[in-house]
Amino acid sequence: MTLVQILFLLFGLVTLLASLMVVTSPKLVHAAFWLILALAGVAALFILLEATFLAVVQVVVYIGAIAILIIFAVMLTRRVMHDTGPQVNRSWWVALLVSLVLFGGLVLMLAQVPALAGTPAPLMVDQETLLEDLGRALVDADRYVLPFELASVLLMASMIGAIFVARPPSGSEERSGER
Amino acid sequence: MSIIDYDPSMLMAILPELLLLGLAMVVLAADVIWRPSQRRFLAWLTAGGMTAILVLALIFSRPDASQGLILGGMLRHDWMAFAFKLLFLFAGAVTALISLDFPGVGERGEYFALLAVATLGMSLMASAADLIMLYLAIETTSIPLYILAGFIKVDDKSTESGIKYFLFGAMASTVMLYGFSLIFGFAGETNLYALAGKLAAGQVSPWVIIGAAVLVLVGLAFKISAVPFHFWAPDVYEGAPTPITAFVSTASKAAGFAVLLRVMLAVFPQVEAEWTAIVAAMAVATMTLGNLIALAQKNIKRLLAYSSIAHAGYAMIGLVAISQLGSASVLFYLIAYVVTNLAAFGVVVLFARAAGSDEIADYAGLSRRSPGLALALMVAILSLAGMPPLAGFVAKVYVFAAAVQTGLVWLAFVGVLNSIIGLYYYLVVLKVVYLYRSEDEDKPIAVPRGAALGLAVCLAAILIIGVLSGPWLDWSLGASAALF
Repeated sequence: MTLVQILFLLFGLVTLLASLMVVTSPKLVHAAFWLILALAGVAALFILLEATFLAVVQVVVYIGAIAILIIFAVMLTRRVMHDTGPQVNRSWWVALLVSLVLFGGLVLMLAQVPALAGTPAPLMVDQETLLEDLGRALVDADRYVLPFELASVLLMASMIGAIFVARPPSGSEERSGER
Repeated sequence: MSIIDYDPSMLMAILPELLLLGLAMVVLAADVIWRPSQRRFLAWLTAGGMTAILVLALIFSRPDASQGLILGGMLRHDWMAFAFKLLFLFAGAVTALISLDFPGVGERGEYFALLAVATLGMSLMASAADLIMLYLAIETTSIPLYILAGFIKVDDKSTESGIKYFLFGAMASTVMLYGFSLIFGFAGETNLYALAGKLAAGQVSPWVIIGAAVLVLVGLAFKISAVPFHFWAPDVYEGAPTPITAFVSTASKAAGFAVLLRVMLAVFPQVEAEWTAIVAAMAVATMTLGNLIALAQKNIKRLLAYSSIAHAGYAMIGLVAISQLGSASVLFYLIAYVVTNLAAFGVVVLFARAAGSDEIADYAGLSRRSPGLALALMVAILSLAGMPPLAGFVAKVYVFAAAVQTGLVWLAFVGVLNSIIGLYYYLVVLKVVYLYRSEDEDKPIAVPRGAALGLAVCLAAILIIGVLSGPWLDWSLGASAALF
């Protein structure tokens, strides 16, 4: 086992455990902090894959902005700080069974891929060239300009929706809701 | 490529999408500028805008054979995609019309803007030819629809519907995205039309491709509410504002089929046998389960939800028959299904506004309260049941014919058996509407002009498609030729 493999397993394990804690910890603040660890683990995996720019983006956007925003939102919310209800329902074992079968199937499937057994060759391209290429690709009509613009439309629609959902219902809505 | 040697024909190809985005902005602006009393005209603005876009698209952005992949291979501008785009614009316009004065949504600018963005996403879903583009288009369709399903915040059922749709949808798209990432990992390519070649060149084991294909299928089966990914449909359909139920059950489902058609034919030709076997099994399960559970329904929205699951199963028969007639019959089926189901839900919207109920038992005496609405419901329901000479009948005939043509006689047989089961619960609704009496018979049901217009257009379409099916089928065949 090479050093990279050991590091990969280590970071993968940390990410998985932290993600597990995000969904199981009953306190919302704790979940938010575990989320930061999980996101940092993903950033480390990006570095192992020589995707340094994505790793930086991961840290700046996900940890620096989103996770901190979640923590602020949790702090500014007066109620629901603590989840008191049961965390599983009666059919948890069915879900576990389905997940295990799916996981087994995926492992069997990936075991068939010969390329996964070998060691990948190191990246031959200069990081700066890659970054420049990424920047150009996002504004080039012959490459990714359409998905890039569509993403902004998607974000706009989500923002309109989020504002609508978050705003308390006005008087007229309450009346019309009583159908 | 600089801005100077930019080819304007590319922009003409995405003209409907650009105009839809413009429409969303205009609606939002009008919402701010108009006085509250004027805001009910937002529905007219949206419906009129979408109709205008439909006409403009027909004039300016018809695909020609030379174009194919555009904008860096992100989209494929072909007749199949174009036909679906027109269908989505039609469905969007009718949805806006039946939302007119609908309590809680009829005068909200956000509602109509999100409707326009969802329609935009669907148009791009139909033409997307790249995994990245496809995923973004699916999300641009889904996220506005999640919000629209839960739009009536003071109604617990609507909120439940929105949350359920969101949770199931997020799960399904995650699984699908995982499938996409595996395919990209094996092929090193994201363009749908280059993928098959790369997968073949990479000598990836067919089992691995099947695994990835099944993961992708999860996301798409969720969109078309095929068994076993149909659990969300009844609850979401029941709780969502009825115009949105109509939109989700028609346009969103058709968009899922548009993607399935393209992905199935373009990406997985190597594993065609296994892939069609999986889809055939799902089609049988979807038809049978949908129809059997529909038998027991007391609520008209839930009944139509299960019936729409069954209809997804019929359309999947055409998908199994991987042939030109097969994909043409799917397109034809979806056109017939969209106009029919929009009409059915239009009646449900109007009835619920007057009577405040979605229970089938309360439809008693509808034929005396509003003969016009009762007639509209009868035409829609008979078309869903597949009665000649209506659209639903010819659509079923072509789907079954496609199955027989490719040697899948047993599948066509299962389809016919299922149509007979379906006939029963459809006729029960008509029995309640026409034969039962109720105490409210002297209370007429008001039909506003906008909704009447939407219903009339749908009914005319049901009749025209049913009676004069020849030209439509030729047109569908021509459109599906673009996929091969």
